[in-house]
Amino acid sequence: MKQFNGKVLFLDRSDINTDEIIPARYLTEISKEALKAFLLEDLELKGFDVKKDIEPSQVVISRANFGCGSSREHAPWAFEVNDINLVIAESFARIFKQNMFNCGMMAVELPAETIDEIFNMFKGKDTTLTTDLTKNVFVLKAGSEQKEIPFTISGFDRALVEADGWVGYADKHY
Amino acid sequence: MGKTIAEKIFDSHQVDNPFGDIHVIRLDSVFCHEITTPVAINDLVSRGMDRVFDPKKIKAVIDHVTPAKDSKTALQGKILRDWARRQGIMDFFDIGKNGVCHAIFPEKGFVRPGYTIIMGDSHTCTHGAFGAFAAGVGTTDLEVGILKGVCAFHYPHSIKVVVDGSLPAGVFAKDVILAIIGKLGVNGATNKVIEFEGSVVDSMSMEARMTLCNMAIEAGGTCGICVPDMTTVDYLWDFIKDDYKDKQAALEDFKKWTADKDAVYDQVIHMDAATLSPMVTFGYKPDQVKEVKEMEGTPVDQVYIGSCTNGRLEDLRIAAQILDGKTISPNVRAIVSPATPDIFKKALDEGIIKIFMDAGFCVTNPTCGACLGMSNGVLAEGEVCASTTNRNFNGRMGKGGMVHLMSPATAAETAVAGVITNSGLYKAQGGAR
Repeated sequence: MKQFNGKVLFLDRSDINTDEIIPARYLTEISKEALKAFLLEDLELKGFDVKKDIEPSQVVISRANFGCGSSREHAPWAFEVNDINLVIAESFARIFKQNMFNCGMMAVELPAETIDEIFNMFKGKDTTLTTDLTKNVFVLKAGSEQKEIPFTISGFDRALVEADGWVGYADKHY
Repeated sequence: MGKTIAEKIFDSHQVDNPFGDIHVIRLDSVFCHEITTPVAINDLVSRGMDRVFDPKKIKAVIDHVTPAKDSKTALQGKILRDWARRQGIMDFFDIGKNGVCHAIFPEKGFVRPGYTIIMGDSHTCTHGAFGAFAAGVGTTDLEVGILKGVCAFHYPHSIKVVVDGSLPAGVFAKDVILAIIGKLGVNGATNKVIEFEGSVVDSMSMEARMTLCNMAIEAGGTCGICVPDMTTVDYLWDFIKDDYKDKQAALEDFKKWTADKDAVYDQVIHMDAATLSPMVTFGYKPDQVKEVKEMEGTPVDQVYIGSCTNGRLEDLRIAAQILDGKTISPNVRAIVSPATPDIFKKALDEGIIKIFMDAGFCVTNPTCGACLGMSNGVLAEGEVCASTTNRNFNGRMGKGGMVHLMSPATAAETAVAGVITNSGLYKAQGGAR
């Protein structure tokens, strides 16, 4: 099972699409590793520095409709090879979310108010997140500030995380 | 309680219901192209599971970059080609026979009402035009589909969009779907199927219905679906005539994929066709739509007519009607990409290709190419493209480029004027602005 803990990268915008996550010009790669240097290359977002902000991060927190657009699994792969296995957002595009769990990664939705609260409290601060998958709780920490945030994950999504993805699950069951 | 079309298809294909509303369904077809399939093939090989569930139910095409533009794209093609040969996949379309997946697969009769189809391509929703459930998926879902012939989905919720009345002159399926996306928003249909109904949809050709369903994903929709009718039967007749005694019998059979009167929808949207006008996008999201007249005069550098949205014969005919006897503005370059070899040949026979060339268009081979900025018409930084494609994301057709989505008619008008417009079309048809 993958790890879902670490430093948080805040992407404060809705509708971040798969072309921004990994542009189509890199879809000619056939290895996941080759995508590593190009994650979020086309994302233009105030305060986001593609050269500095990705390397130290293991968790992304964003707004609504994250991962919209193309079906390319290169988007989750580009996160995966950068050791980012968890994206938390207000909502996700269907294919992106399924692709994340299909790879044994997590795409977790939190209510808009909770996302707002997280951005208000932690954005711009050096923040780490710990995932407790037995209690279904995220713990966010920045200096002396700390917040516990409960989350829900469906039985199927949990099974995919535990099986390290859909291929492992499907091969066992079908 | 009655059922929607998608619910009927799911219930007839269910294999398992492992958790809550997760339904594992049997697949009638798995479509593959060279961008998203090679990683699945390599993974199957590395797991020692290099096999397919049924070679007859797998269809493959090289379409995104073709002919190959470099060593990397050549390798992607080679992996798909070698795999198709190794696995005995007879319906593989290689260079010379290949076209844009969502145009060539329907053209070959591979999509039927009631079918379940997945492909590693978000615009797979196009095939719902035939009354099928067709969904774009990632490479892992594709890999399991290839191996096991199944895929897992949430049990489908549906939105019904009813378009009644008759379309004003100069308004086409592309304008209708852009208006719908503008109304729903880019995530208004997430996790939902959009059923298109109403007299306007009933009178549409299969080509126009495919344009409509193609962009369901731009509102977040899993699939767009049209009710199968005699237009569907006519389109498929050559492929199904041995299965039915006559067209009426085929229609009766197809009718089982019609929603029940008391089917339950999450939302029902009614649109009056008479209120619609030609539409164009203005930002980096497909729901940022305006009427063309609001954008009139916006200069463009390139005009592109093609793609799985609007590269079919009907689209080329509409554009050629406008371009006949005219030349494009000296300030623009224009590209037309017929979506399949068959469309290309028919366009040649009808004199359409000559009209495009005389007008100053570059005619490319069938390919997805420029739509996603991979080849055959990539934009330079700061350039603007008037395009009949489906996505206007920042950098989509080339880093730093701006894309305005529109119908083939508006694109042709724009090519002649060098600025976004459709005034000529209105004048030609005597319509009022």
